Amino acid sequence: MGQQKEAATLGMWAFLVTEIMFFGGLFVGYGVYRFMYPEAFHFGSHELDIQLGAFNTGVLIASSLTMALAVRAAQTSKKKLLIIFLAATFVLGAIFLGVKVVEYSSKWDHHLVPGSHFQRPEGAPVQLQVFFAFYFMMTGMHALHMIIGAGLMIWVLYGAVKNRYHSNYYAPVEMFGLYWHFVDIVWIFLFPLLYLIGRH
Amino acid sequence: MSSTSVDQGAVLERPPRGSKPLNYLNISHGLRSWLLTVDHKRIGILYLISVTLFFFLGGAMAVGIRLELASPQGDLLAAETYNKLFTMHGVVMVFFFLIPSIPAVFGNFLVPMMIGARDVAFPKLNLLSWYVFITGGTLTLIAMVAGGVDTGWTFYAPYSTTYANGWVVLTGVGIFITGFSSILTGLNFIVTIHKMRAPGLTWFKLPLFIWSHYATALIMILGTPVIAITVLLVAVERLFRIGIFDPALGGDPVLFQHLFWFYSHPAVYIMILPSMGVMSELVTCFSRKRVFGYKFIAFSSLAIAVLGFLVWGHHMFVSSQSIYAGMVFSVLSMLVAIPSAVKAFNWTATLYKGSVSYQAPMIYAFGFLGLFLIGGLTGLFLSTLGTDVHLHDTYFVVAHFHFIMVGGAIMGYLGAIHFWWPKMTGRMYSEGWARFAALVIFIGFYLTFFPQFVVGYLGMPRRYHVYPEEFQILNVLSTAGASILGAGYLIPMVYLMVSLFKGKKASPNPWDAKGLEWQTPSPPPTENFPVTPVVTENPYNYPGMEDERDREADREHAPASA
Repeated sequence: MGQQKEAATLGMWAFLVTEIMFFGGLFVGYGVYRFMYPEAFHFGSHELDIQLGAFNTGVLIASSLTMALAVRAAQTSKKKLLIIFLAATFVLGAIFLGVKVVEYSSKWDHHLVPGSHFQRPEGAPVQLQVFFAFYFMMTGMHALHMIIGAGLMIWVLYGAVKNRYHSNYYAPVEMFGLYWHFVDIVWIFLFPLLYLIGRH
Repeated sequence: MSSTSVDQGAVLERPPRGSKPLNYLNISHGLRSWLLTVDHKRIGILYLISVTLFFFLGGAMAVGIRLELASPQGDLLAAETYNKLFTMHGVVMVFFFLIPSIPAVFGNFLVPMMIGARDVAFPKLNLLSWYVFITGGTLTLIAMVAGGVDTGWTFYAPYSTTYANGWVVLTGVGIFITGFSSILTGLNFIVTIHKMRAPGLTWFKLPLFIWSHYATALIMILGTPVIAITVLLVAVERLFRIGIFDPALGGDPVLFQHLFWFYSHPAVYIMILPSMGVMSELVTCFSRKRVFGYKFIAFSSLAIAVLGFLVWGHHMFVSSQSIYAGMVFSVLSMLVAIPSAVKAFNWTATLYKGSVSYQAPMIYAFGFLGLFLIGGLTGLFLSTLGTDVHLHDTYFVVAHFHFIMVGGAIMGYLGAIHFWWPKMTGRMYSEGWARFAALVIFIGFYLTFFPQFVVGYLGMPRRYHVYPEEFQILNVLSTAGASILGAGYLIPMVYLMVSLFKGKKASPNPWDAKGLEWQTPSPPPTENFPVTPVVTENPYNYPGMEDERDREADREHAPASA
């Protein structure tokens, strides 16, 4: 059992490294174009809803807290608390995704989704579409990871209800927690890079 | 065997006559028992069959390419068909044969056995990786049948994203999915090597095959995600035209090249490092001598993995990359030659005063040395800024990377097949045919690709189906060589298949090799070792330069020599 847990932990960290490289490609692209077209990125950033973005940042940080508490509850064999904290994490994740849907649909209404539908607002630099391409690729990839996380969470929650986790066996909860924190951290980078540039 | 304290008599004892010993092959039968297996050895065999199919598919396309190039006019294939052919040849060979070849087949089979473990750390993920591989391969095959792609395996933007006809997105999805099988394999190796080693097996007692696979796994988990996101960006750009690589919308096509080569250059080391691991095993075993400079070879694998990530810019010397960046990339690319040469020199030094025998696997090992030497040294021509301007995108480049990727990787792959075939199948193949095939392949290879260095230097560009008449003689030589090479690859198919039914039964250790995998019956039981081995001695504990008579005495007691 001990060896299994060690293996799972190392495997999870190695997997998170691959995730960093995966997002890394997008971050590099973002960095290159932001350096090339500062005005377009500045302009694009002002088109985003900073209040919704800030709200969502708070929601995700709160979900990381509840997730950490859930792991702690599993470690101390507190079944009820584990279920409560996992459910809270799930709800917070759902709120985040709901807000994201609101944001995306308003971008669509303003013709800011790249592609044939895209229309440049008055006075916007020509490369504005590149900014939005990165906005949607980065937040979209992040949201996809949230959705996968929510699916995994249902599985962990099911295990908690079935009373599978206790102080001697809580690896699935802990591994899932690592994944969830990783997804949160990605957002912690996305929020300033996309929403806050050019605002002093 | 010297490297463990397990009572060998007990391990190798044959069961009473009449009852067949159970092994991983005969323990259960039927397609279902194979398709749902979590045994790393069976998964290795599944990979062996699938990558061999892809190899012959990619080879068939090469036949078409070489036939077209036998004459200067485009008389056999239309330009478009030719473009699709070399693209799919590259895609199939790179993503579906070379990258999974040694790691997924022999890595899977041998890594747990070499470290005295029962299986890899995550057996179910291991099986999943095969299904992911097959899914990606199937999608790519569907794309080929539906009409193919003509972008070249490099998918350069904006051609691939805006102008190319054909099934770019579907092929990309196939590659994207297959990438995950590579990531899962790499993940499994890293965790297995860290956490599952037998008692007493410290890092510096590991076989060098394990070191090279560890380095390979690092590249797999660090590089593959980057190609995944790159292919995804190409697909999204092609579907929605969102401007990431399209200059008309502010995008930068060179960014694609950076992202692509950030993976695809290290990918070359995914192909060659495992092959180098095989080399270390073969050269040592057939020289009957301890490997020279064990730690240097081990660390040079890691050095190649690390440096490999810092050289991608040498593909962009003529793509508007800054000259200063070019200089840095040029120097870093040359640095890779150092750990590569460390290995080549150490193998040569291992041969020195060894008792070298020329069995089939060793002939492949010599073939590797001969081809890798040329391939590696011509790499230096291409990493030199000035000469690269002349040689860029010519047949010189084609010859160079075939010497490394085909010469290096496939010689290692075939050497591995011949070395571990008795262990995997429990049968011996025809030694005479095997030596003959190795020779035919080596000669065919040289004749195919050496003229391409010359024709490239003279200025023939790659990827054209017509060329000036003065290049014909060299191209005919190359095509003639390709026919010999093709025949050479078919011969092992035949005698290896025959050996399965008519081959002599293999003893547990037919090569009298050291290493844990030889200390269990051939083929091994499902759990690999009846008793978990305890390792007390260094690897490659061959008699070395001792008196020949001692060695003879040793062999008489084989396979249970101490």
